[in-house]
Amino acid sequence: MELIELRDIEKTYQMGDISVPVLKGISLSIRQGELIALTGSSGSGKSTLMNILGCLDRPTAGEYWLDGQETSKLTTDERALLRNRKLGFVFQSFNLLSRTSAIENVAMPLSYAAENLSDREARGRAAEMLGRVGLADRLDHFPSQLSGGQQQRVAIARALINRPPVLFADEPTGNLDSRTSEEVLQMFERLNSEEGITIIMVTHDPKVAGHAKRVIRLDDGLIQGNVPIPEPGTETPGGTS
Amino acid sequence: MRVYTTARTAFKALGRNPMRAMLTTLGIVIGVGAVIAMMEIGAGSSASLKKTIASMGANVLVIRPGTASSGGISFGVGTSTTLTPEDNQAILRECPSIHNAAPIVRARTQVVYGNRNWVPNTMYGTTPAFLDVQDWSILAEGEPFSDRDVLNGNRVCLLGQTLVRELFEGASPVGKEIRIKNISFRVIGVLTPKGANMMGQDQDDVILAPWTTIKYRVTGSSLSTTNQSASTAATTTDTVNTLSNLYPAAQLSLYPERSSVQQADNPMPVRFANIESIMAAANNAGEISPAIEQMTALLRERHHLRVDEPDDFSIRDMAELTKTLSTTTTLMTNLLLTVAMISLVVGGVGIMNIMLVSVTERTREIGLRMAVGARGRDILQQFLVEAVVLCLTGGAMGIVLGHGGSLLVQLLLKWPVETSPAAIAAAVLVSAGVGIIFGFYPAWKASRFDPIEALRFE
Ligand SMILES: Nc1ncnc2c1ncn2[C@@H]1O[C@H](COP(=O)(O)OP(=O)(O)OP(=O)(O)O)[C@@H](O)[C@H]1O
Ligand SMILES: [Mg+2]
Repeated sequence: MELIELRDIEKTYQMGDISVPVLKGISLSIRQGELIALTGSSGSGKSTLMNILGCLDRPTAGEYWLDGQETSKLTTDERALLRNRKLGFVFQSFNLLSRTSAIENVAMPLSYAAENLSDREARGRAAEMLGRVGLADRLDHFPSQLSGGQQQRVAIARALINRPPVLFADEPTGNLDSRTSEEVLQMFERLNSEEGITIIMVTHDPKVAGHAKRVIRLDDGLIQGNVPIPEPGTETPGGTS
Repeated sequence: MRVYTTARTAFKALGRNPMRAMLTTLGIVIGVGAVIAMMEIGAGSSASLKKTIASMGANVLVIRPGTASSGGISFGVGTSTTLTPEDNQAILRECPSIHNAAPIVRARTQVVYGNRNWVPNTMYGTTPAFLDVQDWSILAEGEPFSDRDVLNGNRVCLLGQTLVRELFEGASPVGKEIRIKNISFRVIGVLTPKGANMMGQDQDDVILAPWTTIKYRVTGSSLSTTNQSASTAATTTDTVNTLSNLYPAAQLSLYPERSSVQQADNPMPVRFANIESIMAAANNAGEISPAIEQMTALLRERHHLRVDEPDDFSIRDMAELTKTLSTTTTLMTNLLLTVAMISLVVGGVGIMNIMLVSVTERTREIGLRMAVGARGRDILQQFLVEAVVLCLTGGAMGIVLGHGGSLLVQLLLKWPVETSPAAIAAAVLVSAGVGIIFGFYPAWKASRFDPIEALRFE
């Protein structure tokens, strides 16, 4: 079974009397373990689609099956639970809590988890997670004391703390220079290949998209190109358009 | 989310802006502090007021015999002779709401010391319990008379301040002999000054002696309780005062005076030793009505009254005093409560204001928390706990401030102050309540945020 299955997803924003269709019928299926880049011109609806995929927003029409569950009919609280357990988010602007140490930023989602971890357990798990993103020596640093790449890695650790099967990243490298971008992307590739986490990231950068196994191109609310790259070895950067 | 984690998160969030948190909670600090200080000072004044009113006899009940009537003519309260010292004993024994009771026999006659004389306003024959009932146990000088003095009818007495002034010109009278109706009494104690009572009567113009002495030696009869100074003057002084022929003091008497032989041959029948009234003190102001009920039941039984017969006694309480006391206390409490309410509402509005600012400032944080799985109620709880923590911190500081303030008042102004655990408990509850009430709207607003919009908020 597919991990993610979209069927004719539509999203229309209502601006007073005018309705603005942003997504105009998107069907898509994503299997466990894929590494996908979502590209497209600005305003094509990538972020809108990511919000729907991340259960932050509901589609106007269509069905969204996540792990065998139709999510567009779930209540707000059920969707919050789903986000906590099955989905991880990485944002372009990191969104770390300032004046809160790295380890506490990472442990934060645990406090909303159903399983009640003790304080010690939570910190232990957060420290382990930070170790996995290579920040074992930066546990008690505040975001302002970390570089952009390090901050994004803290954000990745936070996204993965509840061991979700899927990770969404909306322009995760948008605020980083090419060298730190590369670090983050390598981390994604490693998480994908070693731990089998499904990663879907939005990007404008063809070089970034080149790291993906599949590139989905969105144009004016419709999927234009959906190119699976057969083998990770053969490079076809940017995919077809 | 666990409460502990939530509370810690709240403390951290407040710690990020300690100055603002301090200023925000200042309203609560001042409000709670003022309430605690006023409560403690108020409780102190109220306690001393209560004591004062109690010393005026607020808890005292006066039992007097009923009216005697003859041929449809009533002689007024106290004219029948139905009350006995045994009634007094029975009241002491059987009425749990009564703290103490003393029988009273009155006389009004001249008191002589050396070349000075005085007719005291009040001359009471009673028991030592009287001092307790009147809250007068501490003497200025000397000792009170004992129950043994009462049993033996010893000629001892206690003087009020006015008598000390009038008879002894302020010198110590203890050990001196005074004469009442030509019977010498040894002064064994002096009462503390009490001043005028509510009716303007001088309460220090008093002489107290065992009731047996007054009854059997001074008034000499169980029935005549009226003004004896005239007849006393007539009988005791006409042998000495030669002017009495010019100005006869004797009352017109219908029958010839009985000689001592006649009296010995044919004594006036004294059926039982009746007393004029009983003064009983209830345990406290609240037990006055049960005390009245208990005594009524007891005396009706002792006097063998049938169900349809009216009481042959009357019980009078100081209802007016008690009422004054309770209205004063309620007025004070209500006043304090109003002040508390106003200051806490003002403080609460400050809390609400700053919580709204905080929610707006932290919109992105709220969006992020929601994105990683916080439900609306988690966010609501977080901000509510933050407001409550803010208020409780303010409340705690207010308690310290208020208590310190009242201690300072006690120290510097020597005002009576009473620590009130109830007020402190109430302050804690109320400040938590203010936090919940005024923190709810901002927290509810935060919990309704849309995560996408919140994350996009600049
Ligand atoms: N809340 C909203 N209300 C109305 N219109 C919206 C709203 N959110 C997005 N849109 C519209 O939807 C369209 C798609 O926006 P979206 O953010 O998905 O684009 P994007 O592909 O992520 O662009 P970019 O690459 O610049 O991030 C835009 O035209 C935008 O104006
Ligand atoms: Mg976008």
